[in-house]
Amino acid sequence: MLGLKKLKPDKEKLMRFVFLFSACVCILAVALICIFLFGSGLPFFGKVNVWEFLTGTKWSPDTFDASNGVYQILPMIIGSLYVTAGAVVIGAPIGILSGVWLARFCPKPLLRPIKSAVALMAGVPSVVYGFFGITTLVPLIRNTFGGNGFSILTASVLLAMMILPTIIQLTHSALMAVPDSYFEGSLALGATKERTVFRAELRAAKSGILAAVVLGIGRAIGETMAVVMVAGNQPRMPKGLLKGIRTLTSNIVMEMGYAADMHREALIATGVVLFVFILLINLCFSALNRRQTQ
Amino acid sequence: MKKKLSAARLYIRRHPFSALTRAACTLSIAVAMFMLLYMVGDILIQGVPSLRLSLFEPVYTSDNQSMLPAIVNTLLITVMALLFAVPLGVFGAVYLSEYAKRDSFIVKLVRVTAETLSGIPSILYGLFGMMFYVGALKLGLSLVSGALTLGIMVLPLVLRTAEEALLAVPDSYREGSFGLGAGRLRTVMKIVLPPASSGILAGVMLSVGRIIGETAALIFTAGTFSQLPKNLLSSGRTLSVHMYVLSGEGLHIGEAYATAVVLLVLAASMNALSSALLKRLQGGQG
Repeated sequence: MLGLKKLKPDKEKLMRFVFLFSACVCILAVALICIFLFGSGLPFFGKVNVWEFLTGTKWSPDTFDASNGVYQILPMIIGSLYVTAGAVVIGAPIGILSGVWLARFCPKPLLRPIKSAVALMAGVPSVVYGFFGITTLVPLIRNTFGGNGFSILTASVLLAMMILPTIIQLTHSALMAVPDSYFEGSLALGATKERTVFRAELRAAKSGILAAVVLGIGRAIGETMAVVMVAGNQPRMPKGLLKGIRTLTSNIVMEMGYAADMHREALIATGVVLFVFILLINLCFSALNRRQTQ
Repeated sequence: MKKKLSAARLYIRRHPFSALTRAACTLSIAVAMFMLLYMVGDILIQGVPSLRLSLFEPVYTSDNQSMLPAIVNTLLITVMALLFAVPLGVFGAVYLSEYAKRDSFIVKLVRVTAETLSGIPSILYGLFGMMFYVGALKLGLSLVSGALTLGIMVLPLVLRTAEEALLAVPDSYREGSFGLGAGRLRTVMKIVLPPASSGILAGVMLSVGRIIGETAALIFTAGTFSQLPKNLLSSGRTLSVHMYVLSGEGLHIGEAYATAVVLLVLAASMNALSSALLKRLQGGQG
């Protein structure tokens, strides 16, 4: 009896510690990721001029002697920004309006199937999107607009498709969180349902919708496989909507397999730049989220 | 004549701008659904006829492009990643919802880091896994490295869904259990976790979907070896990586379509399972 009594609180304490430790794994993981990414990227910044690395336009790795190569990533930074901007320009209006439709204008029997369809769209693996891009979008763009089809435009359209579900779902839930009194008040003042949704409710859900778009931006800038399959991947400054481009993510995934020494460090440094972008986007997202919940 | 106008046309005439905005909304959802249906339809129509028995032979050759080794690898990596992420995620969620004070520093820190983790793109997980597991821990290009990388990647998802499920359990359950003299641990294990299990499982299914679909995080951690693995420390490609390699070669379009079908069906069924579980949960409460 006595032994049991002594054992019991120990087990409580032990499990409490296990739970605490499990919760802290997230903190540990972020710390490790930061240490390894920054730790392996920083020595490279010691060897080259950071400013030149970020603003130079020449990327020519040397496979025989990696330290002879020139590693400058402005084209990839611009490339990432272009395809992301393209994805947002195409995806955000369609996504937000679809979210509005789903939250306010959807006939009841359609609600469930369309919500599942949107969830399915979010669950389709990015290689499958990429494959669809290669087999369908690339020929489509080639035949309609010319060029060889592997282009900024193709990547933007494909990324727009991929961020659509995120934007639709978050817009939907932001609108659902708007109190009914807004709707009733506006209708009572004589506004039509559409005017109510767009002038009163959308305004109230503004930060939630902005957060949706920001999350979409984060997805788009970090997307790798689908982009690498359709963007053409030429490491040069963008020359037009129908010309190919390489993004930060595709730069890493294309060359990491055979890179060594300085080349490898340059690719990790590319990852560090991407990581900084993502951290900034995350910061915006959580700030907007906080505003929405207040 | 004017009386014959239908209600809809009357509305358009009276409130042209309102009618226009609603049309824009309807058009948008139609475009979104069209894109999805087109993609799924295209893959099913071209892929299903290409599904042949030779695609499921145990040995991969460049002739048969068999995806069976890749399916086995996917299974192994999924199981290992879950063995890593589910206990940690669920236990962490237990700490956040049952033990910690709502506004304590540690809770805030865990929230912020979990949010950061879920925003990190998979290619950066791949880089991290390559440097940490493959390099620093000397696990090599292996199924284990890949699984541990993905384990960290899905951890915030498991944590968040499990926490939501735990928070949805009414406080009266806990009070009743404490009132009967049960300790905190027993209350958690016997009273709080069981009703939260479908919510937790829904999160696990979502994680499985993400693991199955992941490519970028695996190329440099689990590698692209195309045969059945000898042991857990050998390299192996999952179905998604297999799909990527196939479509990059551009030679085996039929096989690639067939692989896309399998991948799509797997991912979609995980999604469906997850939302079915959530629906059951909501149904039970309402």
